[in-house]
Amino acid sequence: MTIPMTPEAGAPVAAAPGSAAAPGSAAFRRFVQAVLRNRKATAGLVILALMSIVALFPQLFTNVDPQATIFDQQVGPSAQHLLGTTQVGEDVFAQLIWGTRLTLLITVIVSLAATVISVLIGVTAAYVGGMADRTLSLVTDVFLVLPTLPLLIVLTAYLPSGSLTITAVMIATSWAFAARQLRAQGLSLRTRDFLEAAKVRGERRSYIIIVEILPNMISLLVASFLGLAVFVVGFAAGLQFLGLGNSTELTWGTMLYYSQQNGALESGNALWMLAPGAAVAILGTGFALLNYAFDEIGNPALRPVRRRRGKPA
Amino acid sequence: MRYVARRMGLFVLTLWAALTVNFLIPRLMPGDEATAVLSRMKGVNPAALHALQVEFGINTDQNVLVTYFQYLGNCLTGQFGLTASRVPVMTDILDKLPWTLALVGITTVIAFAIGTMVGVLSAWRRGGRLDSILPPLLFIVSTMPVFFVALVLLYVFAVTLGWLPIASNYELGSTPSLTLGFASDVVSHAILPGLTLVVVTAGSWIYTMRNNMVTTLAEDYVRMARAKGLPGWQIMLDYAARNAILPNLTGFAMQLGYVLGGSILVEYTFSYPGLGYLFYTGTTNHDLPLQSALFLVYTLAILICVLIADFASAILDPRTRDS
Repeated sequence: MTIPMTPEAGAPVAAAPGSAAAPGSAAFRRFVQAVLRNRKATAGLVILALMSIVALFPQLFTNVDPQATIFDQQVGPSAQHLLGTTQVGEDVFAQLIWGTRLTLLITVIVSLAATVISVLIGVTAAYVGGMADRTLSLVTDVFLVLPTLPLLIVLTAYLPSGSLTITAVMIATSWAFAARQLRAQGLSLRTRDFLEAAKVRGERRSYIIIVEILPNMISLLVASFLGLAVFVVGFAAGLQFLGLGNSTELTWGTMLYYSQQNGALESGNALWMLAPGAAVAILGTGFALLNYAFDEIGNPALRPVRRRRGKPA
Repeated sequence: MRYVARRMGLFVLTLWAALTVNFLIPRLMPGDEATAVLSRMKGVNPAALHALQVEFGINTDQNVLVTYFQYLGNCLTGQFGLTASRVPVMTDILDKLPWTLALVGITTVIAFAIGTMVGVLSAWRRGGRLDSILPPLLFIVSTMPVFFVALVLLYVFAVTLGWLPIASNYELGSTPSLTLGFASDVVSHAILPGLTLVVVTAGSWIYTMRNNMVTTLAEDYVRMARAKGLPGWQIMLDYAARNAILPNLTGFAMQLGYVLGGSILVEYTFSYPGLGYLFYTGTTNHDLPLQSALFLVYTLAILICVLIADFASAILDPRTRDS
């Protein structure tokens, strides 16, 4: 952060509505620059990039089959097994590497799908207004208040256990918060002049929503996605930790489940439990750092002050 | 007054929605979990069996609507049938409720108080020492999964250092009594689960409070207050913090849902026998009546807190009353 941020470079998302509606490559370049100049954003991007590489090419990091039960059972860390072995003699490090894939996949799918639902419901409610708005807002409020984890536990009791169930149920229960924020943003946009102008020009509703409203929500959409991802990473792992996932699938959450069931913490094999826990935490932090950075880029007032301001007169 | 009435309406409606969802789940789901549970119940008293049949909607030749109203009646009077070990569900729940209530209640109040205060101070002295250490640190912690924080604290303070007990709510074998010894035993067992919840939630209070304060401090009325020459603490508390705290109050309810969900994982990690642990044992025993009753209890708890938060913001913010 040696280059001081100019307002233009730092706030492309808060640019005038007219320019956002017609995104040029210059605006995009300024946006990329803003991300690169933000230390938090860079750190978050590095974490996510590394995790993605591990998820895509786990073979590069370990040549041990994560589900081969060929080693001594439940031994502590050694040069051969960096993180020890499991109760049936699998290599914990190999499991950690191979578990990245499904963990990341579930997170991204759930967050994307929930963001899409929240856009559909939130923006529609704000733009259409009237009775539809009241109904949709009510549904959102109800979903917002229903306790997610208890609801999930009850639902998974009846559904076949597995990643598909967890994914579907998490999508169904996590969209409400984002929908509410998008509705609020949509409402505040509704009375702006450029939308009035579009209406006067006689543009279609779909055109107005897609071309005029959504581009002005991009920063909020990204924030919603990232916020959801932070939540979903921990949540999915928590569910699997409780034993509600499919215990034959390899994720960080199921690793946590098995290590808990075998008392890894107390039996000198703590890394078996702490490593996947830390992996979940780091992935969540990666998303959170990006989210935090987007907040700062979108709202210049939140950026860290480099120089102590003088006492206000 | 209209505002309060509307919020009460939402309360009733959400409660009804939760009850209905709970009623529909066993009926819409594939598989015959419910029948399986019922077949294990042979030999229990007919009234309890009937309550379960009503809840699951099986083995009854009644109209669904009649069953539905019977179910609503049962829920409102607290009749949730029997658990897998044939104890009335309500007995089990009331037995564990105080532990969770105390744990979650006390930690939420502590976290809210600490978080809000730190948020106010760090925004007031923006870029100062407090601002550059606590908010980023706690923010990072708050993005970590609850159970990971719990595991680390458990490993460091209970397993490695041995300062605090590893599990349970009080020493096995000691009888609950109103003595100082027993009280300190209870407290020492609650420290780690409580600390986990405080550490995990304080960060987001600080974060929202600080950012609201930063925005509020730039308002004209704050400048006006400065121009009037009011003392700093008065501007900070009466002018800025009072307005900045409003979003936090509405966030309180949502946060509580998160905390309650998190408390299930915390109680599981520390084997702390509250409602969350009961929920977990319910999943391992396939105890459907217990699970659905607990779902309703959690929903009710959150709804009550939402209502309280709504009333608080109605008192503090005149705008909510008018709109």
